[in-house]
Amino acid sequence: MSRSGTAYLWGVFAFLYLPMVVLLAYSFNESPYGSSWDRLGWEWYRRLADDPLLIEATLNSLMVALLSASLATIIGTAGAVGLCLYAFRGQAFFHGLLMVTLMAPEIVMGVSLLVLFLALKIPLGFGSLLLAHITFCLPFVAVTVFSRLKDFDSRLIESARDLGASEAQAIGHVVLPLALPAIGAGWLLSFTLSLDDVVVSFFVTGPDFEVLPLRIYSMVRMGIKPEVNALATLLFGLSMALVILSQRLLGRKL
Amino acid sequence: MRLSEAMLTAGRGLLPVWLLLFTLVPLLMVLAVSLLTRDETGFITPEVTLENYRRLFDPFYLKVFTDSMAMAGLATLLCLGLAYPFAYLLSRVGLAWRGVLLTLVIVPFWTNSLIRIYAIRSLLAAKGAMNSLLLALGLIDEPVRLLYSGWAVGLGLVYVLLPFMILPLYSSFEKLDRRLIEAAADLYAGRWAIFRHVIVPLTAPGIAAGCLLVFLPALGLFYVTDVLGGSRNLMIGALLKDQFLEARDWPFGSAASLIVIVGLFLLMGVYRWAQRWAGTGAVDDV
Repeated sequence: MSRSGTAYLWGVFAFLYLPMVVLLAYSFNESPYGSSWDRLGWEWYRRLADDPLLIEATLNSLMVALLSASLATIIGTAGAVGLCLYAFRGQAFFHGLLMVTLMAPEIVMGVSLLVLFLALKIPLGFGSLLLAHITFCLPFVAVTVFSRLKDFDSRLIESARDLGASEAQAIGHVVLPLALPAIGAGWLLSFTLSLDDVVVSFFVTGPDFEVLPLRIYSMVRMGIKPEVNALATLLFGLSMALVILSQRLLGRKL
Repeated sequence: MRLSEAMLTAGRGLLPVWLLLFTLVPLLMVLAVSLLTRDETGFITPEVTLENYRRLFDPFYLKVFTDSMAMAGLATLLCLGLAYPFAYLLSRVGLAWRGVLLTLVIVPFWTNSLIRIYAIRSLLAAKGAMNSLLLALGLIDEPVRLLYSGWAVGLGLVYVLLPFMILPLYSSFEKLDRRLIEAAADLYAGRWAIFRHVIVPLTAPGIAAGCLLVFLPALGLFYVTDVLGGSRNLMIGALLKDQFLEARDWPFGSAASLIVIVGLFLLMGVYRWAQRWAGTGAVDDV
């Protein structure tokens, strides 16, 4: 590659990463307005641990993320296997609907689910949030598993059936093990999406169930707070760890 | 065995049922509510009207829509301009390094975008790193106001949404058969002709998918204007937030959100057309 090409690649990476690196550096700067760099330490991280509202929001978020990722993974995987291995009526329609759900901007999902929940008189809070998070995670799981199974050799199922396996056994012992890395990656992506979502959660949660991104939103709106730097650094580190894990699962070389 | 067969059937059916109930039905309900009248008590009465659509053309709202579309369009073009050469170059990097670089593109995609917007805010703040740098370099004598402008909002949108443009484009470039470029060169096509008639058509699905994934969210990310632009730059996302959660004018909010929903279906149509033009998919593999 030409030298200017390499420089361009690094330039874009610098644009993507420099603001985060600056934030990380400031998170260890203990002087109140970050005006000087003579006191470094963990002060802002300690303050995070002493913020009861933040701890509660974090626990709420983790609970919703674990549950919605797991349920979305089960439903999404079953759906992807169904779309891949069987022909059924309206298949093209459902594939299209899956794409609409995948590409719908969060604001559309937030508004339309809010209308649905209020019409069905589902109270806004943990339950509505969980349903909404499962909905936006589902297509990511289904598409990840689907693209893994797309090149699946259907003769493998036929041989399993010829050897006496039932349909369920063939799927359980042949198809699912092959799809397992993609299922794992789909779960990780769902977990992250749920933990990060601001827009949909803003519309569909109630006042008594606050989640981490909304807590951060109110902290940020109140002005620059050094604790946010520390929190951002922690979440950024978590995202990076999860991405690396998922790339390993999908067998992409790192 | 019969039980597991039944579970199998039920499992397969769950996804279509879920999508019907939580994607299709809510969208149709938004459409229905947009045709109804607002109730004095803050809810809706089943009285059919086109009044909500007429109000969309009120000069105040019209300006919000055109301003948001201009801002989102600008962010989309900037992302495309930055990401297109980037995705091409990334697809040319040797396999040993490409995995690492691709991971570096995916990390921001997986990171909370509110936090990434906050990073931009603290960079541009009066006492932030950008002002400190400019002061240290002697380019300015006192901190300048970088926040609370259309430029700050544009920068924030590009920063947050750039990975959503890069990934589908990269997927298209990765699939691009280099022999087609060689064949075009053998047939005496110039660089511009190769770009215009070979590379662009073959990467069209990536371009369409990337534009969809940048333009529509840019319309809806209400916290970007909140955190970077103050309240002066009202965008569609902030308008919807106000109408649904504060003013509680659901019929009008629904009518306004149909602008984004119609945009979604239009752009998905463009994406399908681009796929057929190039004969491949891009989003299925992201």
